Amino acid sequence: MGRLSVELCGIELDNPVIPASGTFGFGYEFAELYDINCLGTFSFKGTTKDPRFGNPTPRIAECSMGMLNAVGLQNPGVEAVIHEELQKLKPVFHKPVMANISGFSVDDYVYTAQKLDAEEQVGWLEINISCPNVHGGGMSFGTDPDAAYEVIHAVRQVTKKPLIAKLSPNVTDITAIAKACENAGADAVSLINTLLGMRIDLKTKKPVLANTTGGLSGPAVFPVAVRMVYQVHKAVSIPVIGMGGVSSAEDVIEMMMAGACAVEIGAANLVDPFACPTIIEELPAVMDKYGIENLTDIIGIA
Amino acid sequence: MKQSLLTVISNNALTSNVYELKLSGIEGMNIRPGQFVNVKTDGNYLRRPISVCDAEGDILTLVYRVAGAGTAEMSTWHAGKKADVLTELGNGYDLSAAGEHPVLIGGGVGIPPLYYLAKELKKQGKTVSAVLGFNTASERFYEEAFREVCDDVSVTTADGSYGIRGFVTDALPEHPTCSYACGPMPMMKALYRTLACEGQFSLEERMGCGFGACMGCSIQTKSGNKRVCKDGPVFRKEDLLWED
Ligand SMILES: Cc1cc2nc3c(=O)[nH]c(=O)nc-3n(C[C@H](O)[C@H](O)[C@H](O)COP(=O)(O)OP(=O)(O)OC[C@H]3O[C@@H](n4cnc5c(N)ncnc54)[C@H](O)[C@@H]3O)c2cc1C
Ligand SMILES: Cc1cc2nc3c(=O)[nH]c(=O)nc-3n(C[C@H](O)[C@H](O)[C@H](O)COP(=O)(O)O)c2cc1C
Ligand code: FES
Repeated sequence: MGRLSVELCGIELDNPVIPASGTFGFGYEFAELYDINCLGTFSFKGTTKDPRFGNPTPRIAECSMGMLNAVGLQNPGVEAVIHEELQKLKPVFHKPVMANISGFSVDDYVYTAQKLDAEEQVGWLEINISCPNVHGGGMSFGTDPDAAYEVIHAVRQVTKKPLIAKLSPNVTDITAIAKACENAGADAVSLINTLLGMRIDLKTKKPVLANTTGGLSGPAVFPVAVRMVYQVHKAVSIPVIGMGGVSSAEDVIEMMMAGACAVEIGAANLVDPFACPTIIEELPAVMDKYGIENLTDIIGIA
Repeated sequence: MKQSLLTVISNNALTSNVYELKLSGIEGMNIRPGQFVNVKTDGNYLRRPISVCDAEGDILTLVYRVAGAGTAEMSTWHAGKKADVLTELGNGYDLSAAGEHPVLIGGGVGIPPLYYLAKELKKQGKTVSAVLGFNTASERFYEEAFREVCDDVSVTTADGSYGIRGFVTDALPEHPTCSYACGPMPMMKALYRTLACEGQFSLEERMGCGFGACMGCSIQTKSGNKRVCKDGPVFRKEDLLWED
């Protein structure tokens, strides 16, 4: 084990840096830019049972230190993900990958999870019960403890792979949802997904996003994410993956001090395509600066 | 795609709100007409996509209109300033579709990418016509530059203050072999309805990344879902679903 390595549900990661779902496609296009095997792993684009185009455009808006997206889970559907996307990934990524799954009913989630569970390269299933950009399903499963329990429990029955519940910050008490997922058999939780937001164009006097609302992410949400990771880490005994606004090696360390055993990075990849390898490269020097021998020593230390 | 720290050589106003920015410093510049770059500006989180207007030697030329905070910040850049730019983005125009007499049709800040295209088509010995559309005489830019390169240039203004009164559709040459177009959506839709020949249309969408990672810029086409930033920004006119 190196200084940067961490463990995620029984699988060792060379480092805690994981590009977040929706900001890294299916990985192989980033492999044209750098060797993506330097990553801990990555979470691929949210996959659903059927292909989806997603929402009308504009799907992207901006704010100080952040962005809003209302992509609406555009993906080619689980069959094409398995037979096309993962086939393109295989030659360029030699580590287990995290499968990010969404749905509109419990049956949807179970169907997609079962299909992806059968894929050898899939190391973890990350169940997105927190997408704010789709109507019916998505976030509605992640804002009610009983609904969250139901989805995670149902998926638990069809997979032996590590099961991660991805939580929404758009709730009053995120620890209640986290506990429900733990009780339903989740091996870990990841948080936060995007915060529901909105922008209005002063010239047109209309919402910028065609979907009216979208999910806020980027540095603007970092303190909210740190707070929620801290609370959830204290409330559950399963591992917590932290994300939300992480953009530097310092942010990774702060997130781990709050209780994260690994850290996902989303919007930063869109602004700087080399954000993740840069952060990995900078981690040792920043650890030295703060007298950190191994990253595993600081998880939840705050 | 490449990420480079480029140096501003010059940044001159062409009209009251359109600027020509010259940047140097891309090693082994390999840019096709119709590609774009994504520019980091101070104080804004996302980058700003701008078409390549010219790429000659190691000098990259961009022409942009001040539209909001990001382009306003760009307009303050002076020679020597370093700019973080992603280059070689998008597919670019298909030059092999040109035929012998292509027409290049641009509206406003859709005109810049056609300049580099015109130069490349002339290198291939084509007879190149250009139709440049503006709202009014004072908004004109690059007319002389196009006249130096193209065989034939028409300028339209919506208010008739210069050239042909009307829109680019009022000044199209007869029987071009192919059309290359870039401009505001109403212009593109009018061309879609008017042009009989094949077309290479450059489109705009709000972008998250500009290099294919976020699905922020997707459109539906006859050959499936496409990302404007990676599968475009240039699409075959025949592939667009604009029948409505
Ligand atoms: C492929 C492509 C090529 C382009 N080429 C040129 C060019 O050569 N010259 C030029 O002047 N303009 C060009 N544009 C438009 C240019 O990107 C926008 O005018 C610019 O992003 C506005 O930024 P702002 O901060 O000044 O405006 P704001 O309105 O403050 O921007 C807010 C957000 O909206 C986005 N946005 C606003 N308008 C547009 C638009 N029309 N298209 C895409 N995103 C937009 C911005 O990028 C930013 O994320 C191009 C756009 C695309 C997609
Ligand atoms: C463009 C975009 C698309 C996203 N798509 C998904 C998705 O498909 N599934 C998912 O679980 N999260 C998705 N997310 C949420 C991110 O994975 C992450 O939880 C969130 O953006 C917070 O991290 P960040 O601030 O580092 O971006 C998306 C985020 C963005 C910006
Ligand atoms: S802008 Fe991100 S995919 Fe096109």
